[in-house]
Amino acid sequence: MAFISVKDLIVEFTRIDEDGREVPGKKALNGVTLDIDRGSFVAIIGMNGSGKSTFAKCLNGLVIPTAGDVTVDGFNTRDEGHLWDIRRRVGMVFQNPDNQIVSSIVEDDVAFGPENLGIKPAEIRRRVDDALRKVGMYEHRTKGAHMLSGGQKQRIAIAGAVAMRPECIVFDEPTAMLDPQGRQSVMDIIKELNAEGITVILITHYMNEAAQADRIVVLKKGLVFADGTPHDIFADREMIEKAGLELPYEIELREKAGLPDTVMTVEDIICQLK
Amino acid sequence: MSIEVKDLRYVYNPGMPGETVALDGVSFEVRDGEILGVIGHTGSGKSTLLQHLNGLLKPASGDVYVDGQCITDGKAKLVEIRRKVGLVFQYPEYQLFEETVAKDVAFGPKNLGLSEEEIADRVKNAIELVGLDFEAIKDSSPFELSGGQKRRVAIAGVIAMHPSVLILDEPTAGLDPSAHADVLSMIRRIHESMGIIIIFVSHNMADIADMSDWVIVMDHGRIVLRGKPREVFSHGEMLSGMGLAVTPARAIMNRISAEIPDLKSDALTIDEAAAELREYINRTKNI
Amino acid sequence: MIRDITLGQYYPGSSPVHRLDARTKIIATLLYIIELFIVNNFWGFLIAGAALFTVIAISRVPVKFIFRGLTAVFLIIAFTFVINLFMVDGRILWQWKIFKITYEGLMRALFMAVRLVLLIIGSSMMTLTTKPIELTDGLEKLLKPFSLIGLPSHEIALMMTIALRFIPTLMEETDKIIKAQQARGADFESGNIFQRAKSLIPILIPLFISSFRIAQDLALAMEARCYHGGAGRTRMNEIHFARGDAAAAILMIVFLAVIIASRFLPTIF
Repeated sequence: MAFISVKDLIVEFTRIDEDGREVPGKKALNGVTLDIDRGSFVAIIGMNGSGKSTFAKCLNGLVIPTAGDVTVDGFNTRDEGHLWDIRRRVGMVFQNPDNQIVSSIVEDDVAFGPENLGIKPAEIRRRVDDALRKVGMYEHRTKGAHMLSGGQKQRIAIAGAVAMRPECIVFDEPTAMLDPQGRQSVMDIIKELNAEGITVILITHYMNEAAQADRIVVLKKGLVFADGTPHDIFADREMIEKAGLELPYEIELREKAGLPDTVMTVEDIICQLK
Repeated sequence: MSIEVKDLRYVYNPGMPGETVALDGVSFEVRDGEILGVIGHTGSGKSTLLQHLNGLLKPASGDVYVDGQCITDGKAKLVEIRRKVGLVFQYPEYQLFEETVAKDVAFGPKNLGLSEEEIADRVKNAIELVGLDFEAIKDSSPFELSGGQKRRVAIAGVIAMHPSVLILDEPTAGLDPSAHADVLSMIRRIHESMGIIIIFVSHNMADIADMSDWVIVMDHGRIVLRGKPREVFSHGEMLSGMGLAVTPARAIMNRISAEIPDLKSDALTIDEAAAELREYINRTKNI
Repeated sequence: MIRDITLGQYYPGSSPVHRLDARTKIIATLLYIIELFIVNNFWGFLIAGAALFTVIAISRVPVKFIFRGLTAVFLIIAFTFVINLFMVDGRILWQWKIFKITYEGLMRALFMAVRLVLLIIGSSMMTLTTKPIELTDGLEKLLKPFSLIGLPSHEIALMMTIALRFIPTLMEETDKIIKAQQARGADFESGNIFQRAKSLIPILIPLFISSFRIAQDLALAMEARCYHGGAGRTRMNEIHFARGDAAAAILMIVFLAVIIASRFLPTIF
């Protein structure tokens, strides 16, 4: 069975009308069905308003479906009794690096998750040190969080998720507010975590980041618009344009230079020319 | 129209333990209707420089001239400086505060003390210039708009002041591909219809190459490179030493040239790169 | 820059002062503040000052760093000094029209200024040598007995943790918004008090909206990291009373006695 299974997922936000009653508002997700396998690296792309961020929040029960089901490792996110079982399995890193750090000091923030799980102090210490080493921030462990750059803060947020020893981490546009160096360091860590067996779900609007996944899901108006390998997804130029997206630079170049569509990377281009 | 910066120096916390030289002798000039791209690593002094251009920071030494008038000698009125030089910060949508879009855009012109009719006129023009439907949007709350729309309203709020120079700090940060393209074409439209100088900072090298007439590269509070985009991006190694990149097309072509020395490239855009590849393929096929 | 404000900032270290239990330091600080108000002559301040400098020396926090924090509150100190200087009747030392400085006024002004300086340095020693998380953990434990009468000690401590964490963030945010509105020609410096109050609206509304956005983001991030209240939570660094704390407790009692005794010393001036 798939690690995460999403079936007919509908999320409808309610709004308060003039008379103070709750009425149905905008539909963010309109019937999404997909399975995510353990250990995979899935990128989710789509325009703003396509529902990708709401989808991410459904995967660990931050948003509960209006209709349909999300099951994580056998636990349904509707089942409040197992919410913590779900959240310890599915960690999450958000877009704004500043707004997800709870404690002023780096290592105390990383400890926040494990502390909530009620783990013994010595074990928390070990996990925090491991997580900080993994993101390359161990030397900064006693620093104040506000002294760090955006990229460094985002690495702390990743360490905070890693310290909970999750099976899966959902990244909700983790690089959107970073400079190119910060973006690169975060992408390197994401790929490393995936190589170590953590399931990665990456919401992004950078196509070159999505191209590094094993699978891409394109959302449009709350529906799965396309789902496949980066090769298949980026072969369909028309679909990409309809979804309001663009091709990664390598593929754009391949198309315009008239190279065969098996070419995906710069290495492939070099092979073609040699 | 012109803006001229002469030997600008600025020090944070002078005489204090955390003293840092943020600008160290920066000089440049932008002439009539040109677009200047500014690149530099985070902390290179870019933001400090921008804040000097409309008087938000006062230099330790050096001067800024707008249309030949010095704005750093202490004689120029602040309102006058801000009318001449419009500054749009990063994520400008966070500065919106009024109940309606029209009122928010009117905030700047009001501070200039213009007449009601003049303000109404400018508000309408500015909103249309940023590509929004004035009648449809003027009475909505700015907080109900989409991210891309909010950003355009915020930019309209600055261009309604009719500046001679418009400065944009990372105008496309955090936007999705289609909103990104919209904002770029909006900047072009503003530039063409108002004929003003535009100075913009971006980490997106494709945008810099695409939009600018001139590029300056900042590092440690100094301008270390300046020139046409093609000249600046031919210094790939120097840029990467400062934590900066070349354009994506150029980066790909550099990697290809490293393997195939026969293929020389000075492409900036994907189209140019594709043309070079096609030309290379044709040339090698005929041998 | 705005982030240089020392007040409420931690200076990393491993001195005996740093190693004390946060609860000891909170109690010691409270006691020290009370003692500053027990003092009624300059002998007392001399002793209190000497004690404070001993603590600073042991803590190895650079004196420069501590005084940088004072510059932020310099205005308050100066204001207190001036008010006292001109407001007390007595033997006139200097007079110009209705302004006069009296001997008693000068003494009172000096007295208040010294008290304020010691108070600020004393309390910043607590925040400088205690990690924010330990401080709030300590507070939570000290308040625990009051939870019997319904005081939410865990929530109060968490609110403090978050407040301390977001002070620099909100300060930067405020700075950015002020500059953005200034760039649109906003004027915060001229006009009467009502006009000035009105000119704050373009700052306050974006700031409120930012705070709400931060609160919403943070709440989601905390939930995603399994936060579900104080029940069942453990701590990475549990705070314990140790031998140092016992020693500190004894010193505190001795010091209290000395301060009380100082009231009976003859005044210096």
